[in-house]
Amino acid sequence: MAADGGMGHATKRREDVRFLTGRGKYTDDYTPAKTTYCAFARSTVANGKINSIDTKDAAGMPGVVTVFTGEDFAEVGGNPAGWLINSRDGEPMKEPKRPVLAHGKVRHVGDAYAAVIAETLEQAMDAVEAIDADIDELDAVVNMVDALANSTTLVHDEIGTNQCFDWGWIEDNRAATDEAIKNAPHVTTLELVNNRLVPNAMEPRCSIGEYDPGTGDYKLTTTSQNPHLTRLLISAFVMGIPENKLTVHAPDVGGGFGSKIYHYGEEALVLAAAKKLNRPVKWTSTRTEAFLSDAHGRDHVTKIELACERDGTFIAFRTETMANVGAYLSNFSTATPTFLHGTLMAGNYTVPNVYVNVKAVFTNTAPVDAYRGAGRPEATFSLERVIDKAARELGMDPIALRRKNFIKPDQYPYASAAGLEYDSGNYDALMDGLEAAADLAGFEARRAESAKNGKLRGLGINSYIEACGIAPSNLVGVLGSRVGLYDAATVRVNATGNISVMVGAHSHGQGHETAFPQVVADMLGVDPMSIEIVHGDTSKIPFGMGTYGSRSLAVCGSAVFRATEKIIKKATLIAAHMMEDKPENVDFEDGDFSVKGTNKKVSFGDVALKAYIPHDFPLEDIEPGLEETAFYDPANFTYPSGAYACEVEVDPDTGKVDICSMIAMDDFGNVVNPMIVTGQVQGGLAQGIGQALLEHGIYDENGQLLSGSLMDYAMPRADDLPNFVVDHSHATRCTHNPIGVKGCGEAGAIGSPPTVVNAVVDALQRGGHDVEHIDMPVSPARVWEAMNG
Amino acid sequence: MYNFEFAKPKTVEEAASAMAAEGAQALGGGQTLLPTMKQRLASPEVLVSMTGIESMVGVAVRGDTLTIGGATTHAQVAADAADLYPGLAALAANIGDPAVRNRGTIGGSLANNDPAACYPAGALGSGATITTNTRDIAADDYFQGMFETALDEDEIITSVSFPIPEKANYQKFDQPASRFALVGVFVAKTADGVRVAVTGASNEGVYRWTEAETALSASFSEGALESMSGNLDDMIADLHGSASYRAHLVGVLTRRAVAACG
Repeated sequence: MAADGGMGHATKRREDVRFLTGRGKYTDDYTPAKTTYCAFARSTVANGKINSIDTKDAAGMPGVVTVFTGEDFAEVGGNPAGWLINSRDGEPMKEPKRPVLAHGKVRHVGDAYAAVIAETLEQAMDAVEAIDADIDELDAVVNMVDALANSTTLVHDEIGTNQCFDWGWIEDNRAATDEAIKNAPHVTTLELVNNRLVPNAMEPRCSIGEYDPGTGDYKLTTTSQNPHLTRLLISAFVMGIPENKLTVHAPDVGGGFGSKIYHYGEEALVLAAAKKLNRPVKWTSTRTEAFLSDAHGRDHVTKIELACERDGTFIAFRTETMANVGAYLSNFSTATPTFLHGTLMAGNYTVPNVYVNVKAVFTNTAPVDAYRGAGRPEATFSLERVIDKAARELGMDPIALRRKNFIKPDQYPYASAAGLEYDSGNYDALMDGLEAAADLAGFEARRAESAKNGKLRGLGINSYIEACGIAPSNLVGVLGSRVGLYDAATVRVNATGNISVMVGAHSHGQGHETAFPQVVADMLGVDPMSIEIVHGDTSKIPFGMGTYGSRSLAVCGSAVFRATEKIIKKATLIAAHMMEDKPENVDFEDGDFSVKGTNKKVSFGDVALKAYIPHDFPLEDIEPGLEETAFYDPANFTYPSGAYACEVEVDPDTGKVDICSMIAMDDFGNVVNPMIVTGQVQGGLAQGIGQALLEHGIYDENGQLLSGSLMDYAMPRADDLPNFVVDHSHATRCTHNPIGVKGCGEAGAIGSPPTVVNAVVDALQRGGHDVEHIDMPVSPARVWEAMNG
Repeated sequence: MYNFEFAKPKTVEEAASAMAAEGAQALGGGQTLLPTMKQRLASPEVLVSMTGIESMVGVAVRGDTLTIGGATTHAQVAADAADLYPGLAALAANIGDPAVRNRGTIGGSLANNDPAACYPAGALGSGATITTNTRDIAADDYFQGMFETALDEDEIITSVSFPIPEKANYQKFDQPASRFALVGVFVAKTADGVRVAVTGASNEGVYRWTEAETALSASFSEGALESMSGNLDDMIADLHGSASYRAHLVGVLTRRAVAACG
């Protein structure tokens, strides 16, 4: 019934009405009666031994209610990593405890070692300044090479090394890959850095703890992408609060990009404080705290080799990566550089040999974890940069080289050499679309025009594949995940026919409140505006795993689909009863139930009402009510893919790069709301261009974050970006979920960085500069230095 | 932010007496001061706002001199000086973003003397005179290094007078994050010669590039500078650019400013 707001309709986002009129309700907008305020004392040194923390003066300051130090949490559990990774030798990864508050040592600038709760925020901040912390500054390990070489300066003394794990994927392919590379006619090698990023969601983190001494119930209101996972971590690992005594509520959330997937110590602290004080406790991160304590993204140092025949046929990819995990293991930090990265290292290609080695390294820096794309941007950047370099070395056109090695449409399902089974795709069709949209024939004329203005013009091409819809539980279980990655939905048809859909996914910018009703409306033939999405509150929704990894629609949307199927099945029973016929004779179409071959008809609304007024139900056969829950666990990842092109102009006098055009051809499978999908891609492109040109979380040798504010950390702004061309018409359906969708949230951030850097290198090469690579961010200074030796 | 008292005088005299208080701090548009206070890195006891003093707001021309009240916003200068001194108006029009330009003032910018701010280059490059409640200070004497000026503790910039040059142009190369000047160069051609002022580049703050001034006074053309670069001594090196990159940009931007002067 897609005509009016169903599947495929570009419905405007209903949630935007409240967001754009200032009526969104974010965590910090909630201030329960008698709230107290929390401020943290955070380390100013990157590595330090805590000799003592004297809180006596602070505790006596005006308005101060209580003060906590790491000592108070010495007995509670640590915040665990969600994935267990084993090293090549079979040893499990090193997993030092991540305490609620630093205890014994501080391990990065911003590491919280004490907290003050006071009547006002100003009083809490004043008291933090009165804490007398005796901390001996120790040498810091910041650089990953140094960290691995150094056995005396350790981030965690108790594990005796700065290496978390040394992982090989697929270890059994190592020898064959080495042999293939040794014997290959041509090998292209590239060393590169995937720059550290600071997420900078517009809304900083915020957590409010409440405790009801009458019932013993806890409530945590917090900025989370996945409230059930946060509840699970707090209950099962950190605080031991039974799950049925803890509600986690994530109301409107102003952006996450990964950084709000994880459970943070501040959440445990406000709960513990609320219990101790019998009063609500609120903490709101400052932007400075966000820079220092949110989980950062990326930060890989990589060497990649591509072996190929002289005609460009790929023989092998071999990758060695050091992945910075920072000072503590954040919840997904061990999965990101391994199974979200290594498994994608065959790209879109029929390459027979792939081997990836990843060493995860502890350093005295903020923890690093999944950030929009999470491992897949790192994989794509390495692959697509080395392929571009190989094309140059082989004298081949970069598009032709990619096409030569693409998996072809008739090869699906395709078992990649990196261990995944791609279910569908058509990379040549995407590239055809890209070539048409990019007007490649006109490039030389545009380049000549740029040259007239003293600018060097370049063209960058990229193709990517990602694994989304994270993830099949049976597969991730084998890979080391300690949780399942299904999702859940409850569809509740109310008596008057309107519908509440409780979902485990969490919307923090994705538009679930608009898109999910489109799926249900399409199936039930009802007005989408009669359907309301409920999310974010563990006391209202079924146990779902939240939103990240472009999973919401593919996994949770499929649960919604399955629950709606159950609704139709149940409603058909009721309709048959109402029309006094057999269920198998009842058809359901456009919101009406009818008996085949008759004019008997009842509407969906009539059935809903009947479900709650079951005066004449055969109660042995039909239960009253119309409410169904489904848990959906996918059979496989989904595999969105795309082909991107970008043209840049480089100012040779200053090194400044201007992006003239950016074209994104993506295959997301079926599309529920093309407007939202376009917006997601645009946002991802902006974020990817930010990584490529502007953003850099950079520490000095003492572990001080040099780009620790927006005065030095450059976020992309509108005038840094061109008008994007976004096209998702070259789609192949996902074969294994009921909606046929693949996920679109991360694509732009995955596909754009290599496209931009390929374009810059192309511009310099065509301009006569022998520059093979520039690390991101490709800042004016770096471009100028590359051009001038 | 720590607590503070707030005064909003109506006259320069009232402002001067408010500034005599212990811990008093003049407040222009607060574009640097307020964020610093929010981070608890500054803790004035009394903030004395200058923006309520009518005589300190506005743009006026007398003969060949443009006078701008010390509490005049960048946006007002951009609009009101556009025909009178286009080179300076264009500088003002490209400071920060609209929110900054509608709050930030010329007096606040010059009193702060951020080494990457735009107005110091405009004032020094124009050979402006900074007028305070007690005296006149030539720009050449006023700027004394990074965040350092000739101002006394409680002195108030009431106005700034710019001799209007024959031609002038300001070229700013943005620092990508803050969009302050990574390097900014102001070139003014007057009957007495050429002045070139550079901001953003030096650890000593805004300075005059005398070699370029000499070359351009002899021949006001891009060619006169050939491939000259700024002096490497004391160039800022940071995560946004090395000393040699900044020195290079000084040359590039000076040539562009000359070219833009026509």
